[in-house]
Amino acid sequence: MKQSITLNKITQLMGFGFLKPITALFTGKPQKEDIVNFLKKIIVPLLSILLFLGVWQGGSTALFNKEANFKIEKALADQGQAAADEMRACIASGEISCQPNTLPSPSQVWASFKTLLEDHKVISADKLAFKEKTAVMNEKRIAAGKEPITYTGRPSFVDQIFTSLKTVFAGFLLALVIAVPIGVVIGLSTTLRSSFNWLIQIFKPVSPVVWLLLVFMIVKTLTKDSNSDSAFIISFISVGLCSMWATLVNTAMGVSSVDKDYINVAKVLKLGPMQKVFKVILPSSLPLIFTGLRITLSVAWMVLIAIELLAQSPGLGSFVWEEFQNGAIDSNSKIIVAMFIIGIIGFLLDRIMLTIQNMVSFNKNEGV
Amino acid sequence: MAYLELKNVCKTYEDASGGTEVLSNINLTIEEGEFVAIVGFTGSGKTTLVNLINGLIKPTSGEVLFKGEPVTDTSHERGVIFQNYSLLPWLTVGQNVYMAVKEAFPKESKEKLQAIVKDYVAMVSLSPAINKRPKELSGGMRQRVAVARALAMNPEMIIMDEPLGALDALTRGNLQDEILNIWSKDKRTALLITNDVDEGIYMADRIIPLKPGPNATLGPEFTIDIERPRDKTSLNDNETYKKNRNAIIEYLMDIGNERKSVSNETYELPEISPKSFVA
Ligand SMILES: Nc1ncnc2c1ncn2[C@@H]1O[C@H](COP(=O)(O)OP(=O)(O)O)[C@@H](O)[C@H]1O
Ligand SMILES: [Mg+2]
Repeated sequence: MKQSITLNKITQLMGFGFLKPITALFTGKPQKEDIVNFLKKIIVPLLSILLFLGVWQGGSTALFNKEANFKIEKALADQGQAAADEMRACIASGEISCQPNTLPSPSQVWASFKTLLEDHKVISADKLAFKEKTAVMNEKRIAAGKEPITYTGRPSFVDQIFTSLKTVFAGFLLALVIAVPIGVVIGLSTTLRSSFNWLIQIFKPVSPVVWLLLVFMIVKTLTKDSNSDSAFIISFISVGLCSMWATLVNTAMGVSSVDKDYINVAKVLKLGPMQKVFKVILPSSLPLIFTGLRITLSVAWMVLIAIELLAQSPGLGSFVWEEFQNGAIDSNSKIIVAMFIIGIIGFLLDRIMLTIQNMVSFNKNEGV
Repeated sequence: MAYLELKNVCKTYEDASGGTEVLSNINLTIEEGEFVAIVGFTGSGKTTLVNLINGLIKPTSGEVLFKGEPVTDTSHERGVIFQNYSLLPWLTVGQNVYMAVKEAFPKESKEKLQAIVKDYVAMVSLSPAINKRPKELSGGMRQRVAVARALAMNPEMIIMDEPLGALDALTRGNLQDEILNIWSKDKRTALLITNDVDEGIYMADRIIPLKPGPNATLGPEFTIDIERPRDKTSLNDNETYKKNRNAIIEYLMDIGNERKSVSNETYELPEISPKSFVA
């Protein structure tokens, strides 16, 4: 019983409330209600996934046929009946060179996903072998004060995911470090708030692309005489600058709208200014700050792909772009795989933030 | 020199339309060691009066003097029990009280402060809940934490804004005794705001009704000449008690009726009907 309570609490806190019917079904005796709930909350969503796959399959088949017919007709017009027949046979045989290039079907995407994982295994093995091979040599080079040799082969899809995560976290941390302190200071002072409002209002809606160009102008000059990884720096700073506004605005709002009762307590206890900020104002604005951070993280993840694509910095964005340029037969399905991975990771990041947000939240009426 | 003195105090809350005067010409004197109760209807301006005395707000005109000095700010000498408890929801019961005693006794060691916290939490019978957060407590328990927080700071004057309103009769009785205990032990001064006439008579030396606002003023005072310690059970048969109780209730009913007859303006109600969702 106790176990199921904590289990429910955790799933609730994580925002995985939809798991509750399952936990209810397997912890203790299932009631009729639990079964209805299970149908409603599990079976129906599963059906919706099937429906989605069905529509996708149907759509991609239709697009495939259209593209195939177009190809055959083109062959007929250009080279006559024989060529058209040959094309028809070629498409039917599944020959790679003549496949129509269009929206891939779910099974193709699944196959690509497996290919990408295989590819990752191969590359990882390759990397490991390289590391072992160069281990001795690198030790010598380091001893001699030289740079070690590093693996410069193609990154795998999984590597790209981790690169993207690294960039987004760096950007997110940057946003946090900039936006929270500034938000607190602005929130504390009405004068500052009204004098900086124009800046916030103007910069908030600026598109990621423009931020990237701006950061590019500055970082390019700053890193002229160092050989650091400027693509990474440019992309994470751009991500941070694009995404920090929600946190800035929410922090300022939280700090400026602390419940009057708490301020009265601080006054009656005669807390000093620092104490007042750290013991009353900040804790009471934490829920809003975390709401802002949650928005910031999801914006950061969303703009990251576009920024990586433009900044040519490694990651999922450049993976998508390279696949698009590449135009290989399974490129389209790899792009769709990337799309799902981006979506799922974005969803998980949001859930993590939601969990933290729920943990620091309290109800306004709880104290009074 | 009076311990606390309010001279012709008026308070207007400013707003766009100029504001309404909530309190008009309040004159009140409290001597050191006295226990004074103020009774009044909801919305008559009792909390406003309390905030003027504890220094959270300033009078629009008139003076509030504490030991002869004008009140300009809050002070640890005047402890406050807020009407709406005002606990910090992110702190536990113990932490809420600790924060207060740490400010009141900045020189004491951590262990000593912890001991004080423990004592006062025990006094309000919340020891089992000392590590709970306000959201896990009932309204009455929260109110007791607020009482413990204010008393733990050991203030010279205790200002209480309907401190026991959300409590059941039994706990209420116990806490009334605790407050009286603490008040009489070191001869503190106490100001109690209440809407319960019986509570006022049981606890106070003097009861002063606050006439309903706007423009609320203090009514005639009733001196309760009953020897302390007072006994709740025999109080009901005490002649002074009965006389005062009837007089105060009669007075309150009179001003209550007066208010009703004054406010016989008619309001034009807007034409509203339930919204249909089907449209
Ligand atoms: N900060 C404020 N600003 C404007 N009006 C207020 C404020 N605080 C209280 N009032 C008004 O003053 C009147 C008296 O309020 P209050 O002192 O809280 O009464 P009580 O404590 O007796 O219920 C009410 O009409 C209330 O609306
Ligand atoms: Mg009040």
